[in-house]
Amino acid sequence: MTFLSSLISGISLGSVYAIIALGYTMVYGIAKMLNFAHGDVIMVGAYVCYFAFNSFGLPWYIGVLLSMIICTILGVVIEKLAYKPLRAAASLAVLITAIGVSYFLQNAALLLWSSSPKSFPQKFFNIGGKSGFTIFDGKLEISYTILVTIICCVVIMIALTLFTEKTKLGKAMRAVSENKEAAQLMGINVNRTISITFAIGSGLAAIAGVLLCSAYPILQPTTGSMPGIKAFTAAVFGGIGSIPGAFLGGLLLGILESFTKFYLSTQLADAIVFGILIVMLLIKPTGLLGKKIMEKV
Amino acid sequence: MKKILALIIAVVMMVACFTACGGQAETEATAFKIGGTGPLTGPAAIYGNAVKNAAEIAVEEINAKGGIQLELKYEDDAHDAEKAVSAYNSLKDWGMQIFLGSVTSKPCEATVAEAANDNYFLLTPSASSTAVIKDNDVGFQMCFTDPNQGSASAQYISDKGLGKKIAVIYKSDDVYSTGVLETFKAKAAELKLQIVSETAFADGTDTDFTAQLKDAQDKGADLVFLPMYYTPAYLIISQANQMGYAPTWFGVDGMDGVLTIEGADTSLVEGVMLLTPFNADSTDEKTAAFVKKYQEKFGEVPNQFAADAYDCVYAIAQALENAKATYDMDNVKLLEVLKEQFTSMKFDGLTGDGMTWDTDGAVTKSPKGMIIKDAAYVGLD
Repeated sequence: MTFLSSLISGISLGSVYAIIALGYTMVYGIAKMLNFAHGDVIMVGAYVCYFAFNSFGLPWYIGVLLSMIICTILGVVIEKLAYKPLRAAASLAVLITAIGVSYFLQNAALLLWSSSPKSFPQKFFNIGGKSGFTIFDGKLEISYTILVTIICCVVIMIALTLFTEKTKLGKAMRAVSENKEAAQLMGINVNRTISITFAIGSGLAAIAGVLLCSAYPILQPTTGSMPGIKAFTAAVFGGIGSIPGAFLGGLLLGILESFTKFYLSTQLADAIVFGILIVMLLIKPTGLLGKKIMEKV
Repeated sequence: MKKILALIIAVVMMVACFTACGGQAETEATAFKIGGTGPLTGPAAIYGNAVKNAAEIAVEEINAKGGIQLELKYEDDAHDAEKAVSAYNSLKDWGMQIFLGSVTSKPCEATVAEAANDNYFLLTPSASSTAVIKDNDVGFQMCFTDPNQGSASAQYISDKGLGKKIAVIYKSDDVYSTGVLETFKAKAAELKLQIVSETAFADGTDTDFTAQLKDAQDKGADLVFLPMYYTPAYLIISQANQMGYAPTWFGVDGMDGVLTIEGADTSLVEGVMLLTPFNADSTDEKTAAFVKKYQEKFGEVPNQFAADAYDCVYAIAQALENAKATYDMDNVKLLEVLKEQFTSMKFDGLTGDGMTWDTDGAVTKSPKGMIIKDAAYVGLD
């Protein structure tokens, strides 16, 4: 029973990591940059949904839609203002800019919405007034929020995979990812493709924000930063750039963290989890599903 | 070239003149300058603002009486040790004579070291870590030290028979949390309280508490002790609720504030107990007057941090009056007279009657048990 409940708590945490990791990996895979501000876009998404629901009394799905729209716009604006001028610069410069944007968003949130924590409404995914259902004669409780998170995660992963494999735009994205100059020569608008990538990544961040705060209902300006870093780790673990890899990496990281806390030590949970990750990456440096790309000189 | 040189010299002379004028103004001081740092922004802002607001009320009241005059200035430290030190430095530039320390423990440990170097008297309303008063000659506290909170909690739980099997969840990277935990455990062992589960979390692992709660639940804990601030405590309690686990929750002064989380489901924290020296619902005349004034001015019920800050200003005023201190005394002289007063005087405040301080700077007063009922604190006794 302990095994099952630790598994469920791991999957619940892992699916939140996974959904954030999808956004990271998407942007990295195509634009070849680490968008460290992703975690903070998540926070903005959660705030928008919170205010839509609590202050304006809109139904939750309108709130989610609204936060997706605002995050998409935010993502595109960030890309235009902060990253696009650096398209030709060294990747390190872009990385530093991304960290700057992350701090900017956190502090803007502090000014706008103050630091006092807000309790995110937990009633979004209740069915019949209940927050979950029990199995094994009530010994094990599974909340609907977890189910919704996992379903969302799988749906998004499949949709993203299909999108990049089958559509014209997706093909353009893969082309940009493989070689920007060649893609441009083939008539692909590289800048527009990257902007669209950011729009999609940020839209996903909004969904991730709502799901994160539904599962763990404290909302403050730093809400997105730690899960963001964990999700980034998950994306690297799964093989950064690979969409199924992000999903797998997120889930595994969550389950690993949960197992460590249940069976080994709550005090050293992070140390043990990251220790295991380091060993795994030493054995397989490209991550679980990462492709090994030979650089032709 | 010569012209430029002449210009520079002129500017330098003018600046020198202004600073000299500034220096002159300082000698004609008409009030004691009291400074403090606290998180006016950031995740712990609720404490910083409560302290600042209450200290302002106390200063206004004292000044209105026409006796000694005080001037108060609060600087933001965002609950960050480095920012607290720069806030402290800007207070020094302002001409601070007496230091109210920092509101939270980590920043206060940094500022007390600075204050000890510069010989400033420090009386913190709420930084409860022992490091604030140990190994230095300047730090005094209005609140209990963390160890005191821990042992007082254990004593209280044992006296009232609140729980047979106790679980503790603590924050392993926070000196406040671990400090309370240590003495709680020591006292619990002495009182033969049974601690069945002891689990931790840290900054990176503070979202999911299922493992900690499951451990407590499986081991049959009927009381969970939460020595931490209210934000993680609220998450823990709401997750336990989802699991269908409903023990008695027992917190310390960091739990104060849980009712002010915006949009919080107050039914979750119904029945949560905490140990705190201040009860805003008290019918005591002084308390009622303070609560009324605070509510009128700031639109909310003052918490324990506010009461501690209010007491701090009054205690300093009382000590200054007793010592017949004058406005032109510098920080070193004030440190000397205030230390003498604080270790010998008795002070009656909102958070206790007949408070005394030992030579370390720790306060002696008796805590009150509180329980949350209908989204308000009610005294347990």
